[in-house]
Amino acid sequence: MDTQTIKSQKKSIKTTERISGSEAIVRCLIEEGVDILYGYPGGAIMPVYDELYKYQDKIHHVLTRHEQGATHSAQGYARISGKVGVAMATSGPGATNLITGIADAQIDSTPMVCITGQVPSHLLGSDAFQETDIVGISTPVTKWNCQVTRAEDIPEVLAKAFYIAKSGRPGPVLIDITKDAQFNEFDFSYEKCTHVRSYKPVPETDVSKVEEAAKLINAAKKPLIVWGQGIILGEAEEQLKAVVEKAGIPAAWTILGASAIPTSHPLNVGMVGMHGNYAPNILTNECDVLIAIGMRFDDRVTGSLNTYAKQAKVIHFEIDPAEIDKNVKTDVAVLGNSKVSLDLLLPLLEQNSHNEWHQKFKDLYEIEYEKVIKNDLYPTKEGLTMAEVLKEINIQSEGKAAIVSDVGQHQMIACRYADFNVTKSNITSGGLGTMGFGLPAAIGAKMAAPDREVVSISGDGGYQMTIQELGTIFQQKAAVKVVVLNNDFLGMVRQWQQLFFDKRYASTEMVNPNFVAIAEGYYIKARKVTKREDLAEAVAEMMQSKEAYFLEVCVEKEDNVFPMIPSGASVSDIRLE
Amino acid sequence: MSTEEKQLYSVSIYTENNIGLLNRISAIFQRRHINIESLNTSPSEIEGVSKFTIVVNMSEVNIKKILGQIEKQVEVIKSYYHSLDDIIYQIAGLFKIKSELLFEERQIQNIIKESNARIVTVNKDFFVLEKSGKKEEIVELYNKLSPFGIMQFTRSGLIAVTKEEMKISSLLESYNN
Repeated sequence: MDTQTIKSQKKSIKTTERISGSEAIVRCLIEEGVDILYGYPGGAIMPVYDELYKYQDKIHHVLTRHEQGATHSAQGYARISGKVGVAMATSGPGATNLITGIADAQIDSTPMVCITGQVPSHLLGSDAFQETDIVGISTPVTKWNCQVTRAEDIPEVLAKAFYIAKSGRPGPVLIDITKDAQFNEFDFSYEKCTHVRSYKPVPETDVSKVEEAAKLINAAKKPLIVWGQGIILGEAEEQLKAVVEKAGIPAAWTILGASAIPTSHPLNVGMVGMHGNYAPNILTNECDVLIAIGMRFDDRVTGSLNTYAKQAKVIHFEIDPAEIDKNVKTDVAVLGNSKVSLDLLLPLLEQNSHNEWHQKFKDLYEIEYEKVIKNDLYPTKEGLTMAEVLKEINIQSEGKAAIVSDVGQHQMIACRYADFNVTKSNITSGGLGTMGFGLPAAIGAKMAAPDREVVSISGDGGYQMTIQELGTIFQQKAAVKVVVLNNDFLGMVRQWQQLFFDKRYASTEMVNPNFVAIAEGYYIKARKVTKREDLAEAVAEMMQSKEAYFLEVCVEKEDNVFPMIPSGASVSDIRLE
Repeated sequence: MSTEEKQLYSVSIYTENNIGLLNRISAIFQRRHINIESLNTSPSEIEGVSKFTIVVNMSEVNIKKILGQIEKQVEVIKSYYHSLDDIIYQIAGLFKIKSELLFEERQIQNIIKESNARIVTVNKDFFVLEKSGKKEEIVELYNKLSPFGIMQFTRSGLIAVTKEEMKISSLLESYNN
């Protein structure tokens, strides 16, 4: 088979100039509007770094401390800006270190282009130094990948890479470029890709399906919207708000959908899923029409599928046809871009308020407040809770900070208690659950949106998986606020051990280092809080800092996150204690 | 047949011709712990478009999901699934047998004649028999020849054309616009 023919694009008649493949790579990135990329140099990618040196006034390369950090930074950059994040690494171990971030971007639909160097083409398959089959390895976790062995293919392949990463349901693309292709010269010209023959990124919205959906929604007595990241990726926040307000439908969100509608909005009824809010989980099994928009019925959202919303007619607004009926059988599937579909839906909806139905959410919220929220936010016991820290951050940031969380208890607490009053404010690893995601992702987010307050919130476990990126914060002077909620445990695993493994705390207790000293070792201002009376003042000091700031908060060691739907249980079996 | 019940399906996948696509497609089956019964790749009726024919034993409800995942791949143009009743298909079998048997065992000549098998080559050591047809026909021939001793045997993947029309050309036309 002949890979060298890429038939997706027409050649443009443009003036060309003779440059090397490596210069072409950098020029392509500039053409695609890339201002920052994250990476780590090494043998097989050195020609490109040499060109980055020459073009450093046009494109800023951020040296991370590990290639995994480069991918998560690129993800953070993409998630807060909506642009394609770019990560670069050398062949072999450099390339394999990208895989976790690529898998994370794939399952969370994050647009990312990864460029890896590869051994010269005549050495492919010879077990050469730092050779690895990264195209083979990355295949199951990329939206698309391609190996380039000829310099003249670089512009077309990179144009295609950016187009595929960003269009439709976004995802990661990996381009592996042999060292000889980087060195060889060719006549360079660049044309953006706008079409690939075999690829239809956005299915057309069928108006009759929208009408069917509207009919069901208008007839519904107890409708419930559950939206996901499709709203944010489709930039349909305004459309969703208009639909929710006109039809008076209570609307809940998945973890990646958070912040598309402000927390303070009266029809925002909270998060669904395993540690989501009580009302939207319970009432998923009481609604008569479930309207899923840009979400994929992940098992952490649905619990047991056999008992999930069986009473309801299900409408699924979705860009990816493969998601229709994958987990939950739909009655009406509306394919297409969420913005387009909701624009079509809005005029067909009747004004409604569903006051009685909405009251049910309020009543259940009261129960959750009494049993869980009150104790989390205003504890009467001595130890600090994670939620108290979020409460202080909300006050200091007026709910406008971008919260970049890691994975575990603190992540659930952050999603439950952070005020998200600006869209694209919840950056977290949802699908893959990648511990170590938070700190490097926060760096990428802060660099992409320097005017926004970016707060990284991690636990003591995940923080130490990518703790070396403090070096990147220091070198880049990235004003990230780094919070570690330290309970000296891998808290979420410990919680499961307590609940389901008779408190056998196998390998979950952490003997931790002096985190403040480590941050200070990187010349980052740092502080540790152990007492409630110091918390508000410490958070205020952190938020007012113009530079990076590290805050360790020692919290109660054995607190649990509730509500909780035990793994495999029904959403209506959600536990409050 | 219920959509939950497993049966053999032939999956036809029209794709751009590309290195690595086989890996990408087979990974979709592998990830879900599905065994590929047979696999064939070839050019299709359209220049520059390849065709994969994959046979799997699955339920209809699951094969639909698999097709969604396959069509999601950037270089896949379109995929279809058919039960074996809805396609015209052939499988080829090759049998290598000692030449002396052809002359010493009269019955072998009858078996060849009855089964509509074709002698591809003969030399003094061995002859090669080719039989195309349904899997059962090849198995039947195998069972008949087996008692005499088969030096080598191999069976190809299933290749098929469908009874219904495949509108790949017009589909490609629409994609180009």
